[in-house]
Amino acid sequence: MNPNLLLAIPMLPLVAALMAGIGGRLIGRGAAAALTISAVAVSCGLSMQVLNELLHGAAAYNATVYTWLLSDGVNMQVGFLVDRLSALMMVVVTFVSLCVHVYTIGYMRDDPGYQRFFSYISLFTFAMLMLVMANNFLQLFFGWEAVGVVSYLLIGFWYTRPSAIFANLKAFLVNRVGDFGFLLGIAGVLYYTGSLDYQVAFNQAPEIATQTLHIAGTAGGWPAITVICICLFIGAMGKSAQVPLHVWLPDSMEGPTPISALIHAATMVTAGIFMVARMSPLFEQSETALSFVLVIGATTALFMGFLGIVNNDIKRVVAYSTLSQLGYMTVALGVSAYSVAIFHLMTHAFFKALLFLAAGAVIIAMHHEQDMRKMGGLRHRMPVTYWTSLIGALALIGTPFFSGFYSKDALIEAVHASHRWGSGYAYFCVTAGVFVTAFYTFRMFFMTFHGESRLDQHAEEHFHDVGWDMKAPLVALAVPSLLIGYFTIQPVLFGGYFGDSIRVAAANDVVGELGREFHGAAAFAAQALLSLPLWLAAAGVFSAWHFVLRRPERATAIQQRLNWLYRLLVNKYYFDWFNENVLARASRALGLALWRGGDQAVIDGAVNGSAGAVGWIAGRVRLIQSGFLYSYAFWMIVSLVLILGWFLVRV
Amino acid sequence: MITLGHMLTLSAVLFALSVAGIFINRRNVLLLLMCIELLLLSANFNFVAFSRFLGQLDGQVFVFFILTVAAAESAIGLAILVVLFRERRSINVEDLNTLRG
Repeated sequence: MNPNLLLAIPMLPLVAALMAGIGGRLIGRGAAAALTISAVAVSCGLSMQVLNELLHGAAAYNATVYTWLLSDGVNMQVGFLVDRLSALMMVVVTFVSLCVHVYTIGYMRDDPGYQRFFSYISLFTFAMLMLVMANNFLQLFFGWEAVGVVSYLLIGFWYTRPSAIFANLKAFLVNRVGDFGFLLGIAGVLYYTGSLDYQVAFNQAPEIATQTLHIAGTAGGWPAITVICICLFIGAMGKSAQVPLHVWLPDSMEGPTPISALIHAATMVTAGIFMVARMSPLFEQSETALSFVLVIGATTALFMGFLGIVNNDIKRVVAYSTLSQLGYMTVALGVSAYSVAIFHLMTHAFFKALLFLAAGAVIIAMHHEQDMRKMGGLRHRMPVTYWTSLIGALALIGTPFFSGFYSKDALIEAVHASHRWGSGYAYFCVTAGVFVTAFYTFRMFFMTFHGESRLDQHAEEHFHDVGWDMKAPLVALAVPSLLIGYFTIQPVLFGGYFGDSIRVAAANDVVGELGREFHGAAAFAAQALLSLPLWLAAAGVFSAWHFVLRRPERATAIQQRLNWLYRLLVNKYYFDWFNENVLARASRALGLALWRGGDQAVIDGAVNGSAGAVGWIAGRVRLIQSGFLYSYAFWMIVSLVLILGWFLVRV
Repeated sequence: MITLGHMLTLSAVLFALSVAGIFINRRNVLLLLMCIELLLLSANFNFVAFSRFLGQLDGQVFVFFILTVAAAESAIGLAILVVLFRERRSINVEDLNTLRG
């Protein structure tokens, strides 16, 4: 592969972002949009070409393009590892990014920060590409932090809203917690291998697995590989919003909807999933770490889904759905089905971006109304959005032949086939999660598009269907949401698509086990008719229909009967309460104590105290200075006499 | 017969008088200057006395030096005094406490 071509893929969006960001006022709104869109479009085309080359037998590209610095034998480099795993991610990232760019033209039309927005999303595309194309941990970390920064900027895009500022600060702080673990994990890799390069670390993974790490204050040694993997996964928990570091993702919906689709559904939040899949040679060495991953993912998958049921904000429902689906992917990682996780990541990127953009279209049509209780009956007023949303929703709940079906069913089967500690719990969570997913998805769908219109007067007056600049991306995303699973399940999961980029130990190879029973995509769908998840999904859709459209009063009755449960869900399991009242308050108290006690009392006390002591002494001493000549002369002579006397006595 | 002891006693008395004058005098800066002159003269007296009784001229040579320095000093002192008086309209020692801490 041509390295210049590869370099162009991330650099074009960066250049466009800089031009639109710095020269935004100079080049104007239209030019900024055109520039960034064409840069991302070229990137997308090049990524597809790279994928195509790899599919036709080109060797993976792994080389350094630039050495940043060499410190104590550690090479810090910029380099690309473009194999089938990263090429797949590049195509997904650039394609979704392109759709979102186009969609933004319509969504942000009336916003004064038009150029700034385009600059940010292009910059995000650059950062994400750097992350997925990295061939070393340093560049991975760079991309990791850069997407975090852009996410911060975009959540707080409407920076005059206090809630947006709160949300972006929250996202940043929670991600810091994860990044701390991530950095420790990278440090662990560097400590044991002496290199930041992926290949070196992967090749030495079996040696690391034999070592133990002695952590001060704990008895005995810890298996080094487990510590490293769990630390790395803590980073993924922050970025991919896994319990308990998930709290920032629902709040990130304060940002404009296009970035919710791009960053908080399709790409950035899946960086953690991608990273663990990329690190599969390391994770394969540690059963404990994988069980940890499995349990965290399963918990997220089921319990975050419940929260979607009680929420009335259309974007937040989709956000909780994203959390839950990220949990599914993490579960797949936990059972060593890395390829399934990436497969679900890909299908999810398409249909979830679609659902978000559709939600955004509804919000714009309703003149910035996000409350589903004030929607209803939009089916005939926004037909394109209705049908594309339906495709997205059906894909999300796993309807046979839709893309989400293939990834989710393969995922559930993989969990079923696994014998890892925690896989029983995970199987229960992901299966029950199917019902929950179907329920909240169609609750949202019915509340928005079906039933009686509940629009208030303001929304009714300003109601206008969105233009084709916003509908086209919906259609462009609906096509892969519908088809991509059917056409790619066989090659991606069972055809050895990932080759060497994902390594699974033979004993853990649940995907290979599934592959032996796989007889084509259509047969896979036919088999599912007799399986539990499909009927659970159908039951979920039916319940949603029953409680939203047919007998809404029953939902209210249940809500009143199970008030404690409802309160628990509405308060999001009190995670925010705990963070704000325990963790944040404790940190504030600690900060206050250090400020008052450490800084003001001890440090300022020492500094100001020494100055004060000098002043006090000087105040006493100056009283000696009478200003009269005779007293000076007197003291001089008395002293002289004393000194002379002392000399005489001594002699 | 006048001995060295008488001379030194006289010199010590003069010295003590002038030091007491510097300490005790609280009125007039002129008196201060005169006391300083007396101080120097008592020192001179010692030099002369020792020179006489040891039969050496060195002491008397020193007296010349000291007298020269004393003359210069009182000239400068008086000049300062004149300026001071113009400035303050007073040469009262009690008033000259600008350096008080």
